[in-house]
Amino acid sequence: MSDQNIILRMQDITKDFNGVRALDTVNLEVARGEVHAICGENGAGKSTLMKVLSGVYPHGTYTGTIELNGTEATFSDINASEAAGIVIIHQELALNPLASIAENIFLGNERASRGIINWDRTTLEATALLEKVGLSENPATRIYEIGVGKQQLVEIAKAMAKDVSLLILDEPTAALNDEDSNHLLDLISGMRDHGITCILISHKLREIRRIADRVTVLRDGKTIETIDMADPTATEARIIKAMVGRELNNLFPPREPQIGRELFRVEDWMAYHPVDTARAVVDHVSFNVRAGEIVGFAGLMGAGRTELAMSIFGRLWGTNISGRVFKDGQEIRTTTVDEAVAHGVAYVTEDRKRYGLNLIGTVTTNVSAVALAQFARWGVIDRNREYLTAEDYRRDMNIKTPSVSEVVGRLSGGNQQKVVLSKWLVSGPDVLILDEPTRGIDVGAKYEIYGLINALADQGKAVVMISSELPELLGMCDRIYTISEGAVTGEVPRSEATQENLMYLMTMGKEAQR
Amino acid sequence: MSSPTVTEPTMPTAKTSRLAVDFRQYGILAALVVIIGLFEVLTGGRLLMPGNVNNLIQQNAYVLILAIGMVMVIIGGHIDLSVGSVVAMVGAVCGLAMSQWHLPWWMAVVLALLVGAAVGAWQGFWVAFVGVPAFIVTLAGMLLFRGLTLIFLVGGTIGGLPNEFVAIGAGWLPGWLGTMGKTDILTLVLGAIACVALVLTQMSARAGRRKLDLPVESSIPFWGKIVVAVVAIMAVCWQLANYSGAPIILIILAVLIIAYSFLLNRSVFGRHIYAMGGNLFAAVMSGVNTRRVNFAIFVNMGVLAALAGIVSTARAGSAVASAGQNYELDAIAAVFIGGAAVQGGVGTVTGAVIGGLVMGVLNMGLSILSVDAAWQMAIKGLVLLLAVAFDLINKRRGGR
Repeated sequence: MSDQNIILRMQDITKDFNGVRALDTVNLEVARGEVHAICGENGAGKSTLMKVLSGVYPHGTYTGTIELNGTEATFSDINASEAAGIVIIHQELALNPLASIAENIFLGNERASRGIINWDRTTLEATALLEKVGLSENPATRIYEIGVGKQQLVEIAKAMAKDVSLLILDEPTAALNDEDSNHLLDLISGMRDHGITCILISHKLREIRRIADRVTVLRDGKTIETIDMADPTATEARIIKAMVGRELNNLFPPREPQIGRELFRVEDWMAYHPVDTARAVVDHVSFNVRAGEIVGFAGLMGAGRTELAMSIFGRLWGTNISGRVFKDGQEIRTTTVDEAVAHGVAYVTEDRKRYGLNLIGTVTTNVSAVALAQFARWGVIDRNREYLTAEDYRRDMNIKTPSVSEVVGRLSGGNQQKVVLSKWLVSGPDVLILDEPTRGIDVGAKYEIYGLINALADQGKAVVMISSELPELLGMCDRIYTISEGAVTGEVPRSEATQENLMYLMTMGKEAQR
Repeated sequence: MSSPTVTEPTMPTAKTSRLAVDFRQYGILAALVVIIGLFEVLTGGRLLMPGNVNNLIQQNAYVLILAIGMVMVIIGGHIDLSVGSVVAMVGAVCGLAMSQWHLPWWMAVVLALLVGAAVGAWQGFWVAFVGVPAFIVTLAGMLLFRGLTLIFLVGGTIGGLPNEFVAIGAGWLPGWLGTMGKTDILTLVLGAIACVALVLTQMSARAGRRKLDLPVESSIPFWGKIVVAVVAIMAVCWQLANYSGAPIILIILAVLIIAYSFLLNRSVFGRHIYAMGGNLFAAVMSGVNTRRVNFAIFVNMGVLAALAGIVSTARAGSAVASAGQNYELDAIAAVFIGGAAVQGGVGTVTGAVIGGLVMGVLNMGLSILSVDAAWQMAIKGLVLLLAVAFDLINKRRGGR
């Protein structure tokens, strides 16, 4: 490849943190106009590399060279890299929910003269940018009124407003449903028409396969290889092998289901929207789970899967909730979290950072949070026993942390998810509702989580698994319910389930079914 | 143990045997030592004279008591601006009870504590059950209770409070064991008991951890810290013994500090406060009854504010409508100097107490140097700012 086709060349980048080598002579070469994917397990060094590139770690705190358009770049901070046309869109979106789309697009980059904002120009240019990213919304609409998928598009419009030439997207589809993901992926692959090169950090091999021209794999802070996706040997298996350093013949660990009696049943469950109280978000839902069984819930984003789970578990969501819950054939009350836990029901949230963990707390205090009473007598905690239990889970769940006294916020996503799982397992549940248990987790850690879920089913627990990823449901579940517009539209055993028939049921709508 | 096991992929698990050292806590303690040393030199050794050590304790007792309550409020993610006004109102109630209703002093104390609990329940109700932010509720309380104080006292002062009551804030334990020259023996004996208790509890905790094969601190820092603590306790007791003996308020403070440290570190209730301040949503989803916890935090703060009111009224010897002015700010400053986080979830009782002592030593040192009150205020403001800024920078360097 000739040199003027290279927009970015990072050479021999090495970065240490207090003696720990996070990046070890990493090389990355990105061609102008391509979509270049970077993948690797958590802790492989992807984020660190991008922080070096964007000046979060300024020049001088690492060794090696960065060449942008053939000249050496020495960024002192983010502003310097943005001035050079490099923009990062982080996984957690940086938008002000109360401000309008237009205000967000030009945040920090206001269309103003002498400090006075020109609102006409702001609106006009925002409209033009929204058209470019294919978002048909009024620029005056506030961010909290639009969904995550559209918010992601606003972020891209914001980047384009800064005259970006190199756009870095960190797991852009992690929180999106299939439809929004597809739209976003199309947009990214069309970026070269706007003269924009994209670096895509992703765990999802499907999307890499779909839009990436080349992929660079990192492992343990080192570059493993850069693969040209046009190459016929560029299979998913090859990428996975490069990422994890071993063959992963099967994405899902094998399991022999031992299905027993019915353990958990929900009948005619209804829940209405807390604000729009006339809208039934969960609509006459009935389902059951047997001991040792893994039951999946498939549905598009907004279909009401999380709302179903959270309205059952301690009525954490919704108003005017009705319906009956049975465990072992006995009707139980789950109107508070305490009651649900006491009946052996656990709900592992989809948003572990917001709802699942005390990120400034230690592994120990998080692991003991639900079942704290187990460790206490007369309200006094036996901290030694608590510590030992945390140690047991650290070992059994393979939580990678320097010690159980480490603050959870410092762990990787996969390890945080193991902490959330541990915290619920300590309470000794019989029924586990897992909401998106592998969201934002890399391939290796996913496999481990799958293994844990299988082990739980093998112990005779009833597992409900909510997921946006159909291959995951197909690979893990014994039976899959489909949900659309808050109603169950189908129930498919593993043997009959395919992506196509599930997708059909997920999109049919409840009216069509009746 | 019924957690599932995963055999693949296997990773070596590193067993760490060292305990993480909480440098933040020691940073504050170091700052206190430095400030004491500085003023000891500047005042030509007058700061640590027996009378001044005694006054340091008696004058600052109210801040320490308020700081203990405030640190719990702040860990829970709230703030309480009303405590200064509550101190004044409780003082007024005490004064009225003893001088107008002619209640015995101990009934006045009980009544005052009940008033504090009622105030806390009132504010806790609005915060926990209605969901009004604590900043608003207690700002309203600050005005409300100050106003009620003025109404109760009709703008005046109630003086001539009984001696038993005044002793709570300004008295000493009687010298039951006699003296050795001019030195009170009881004070030294109490100090020795405290030291023995400290050594025994530390040793038994250490032995307990050893028995379970848990990581323990190595012997040198463990014993080093104990020796330093014992020397400090005995030095303070020696100075007190050479003045008027053990201040009654010191005994009350010691009990409060021990009890509340235990509550926050070891109890389920304490853990729930940290969980709530760390991530409110996660706490709710883990089954923490956040309403009950919030309510209890404010009731507790009300009772401690009442205690601070009793102590400061007793020390002043009279109930004044202007009492407790800016006390809330002193307590909040002490808590933040002591390492608590503005957004909640972080903080300790010992930190808050050390923060309160930093403010107290500053007050006393500057007073001995006869620095103008206006300058004292300005200097305290700067110390608060620098302490928190230093803490933040320190923390940023510690993390990545």
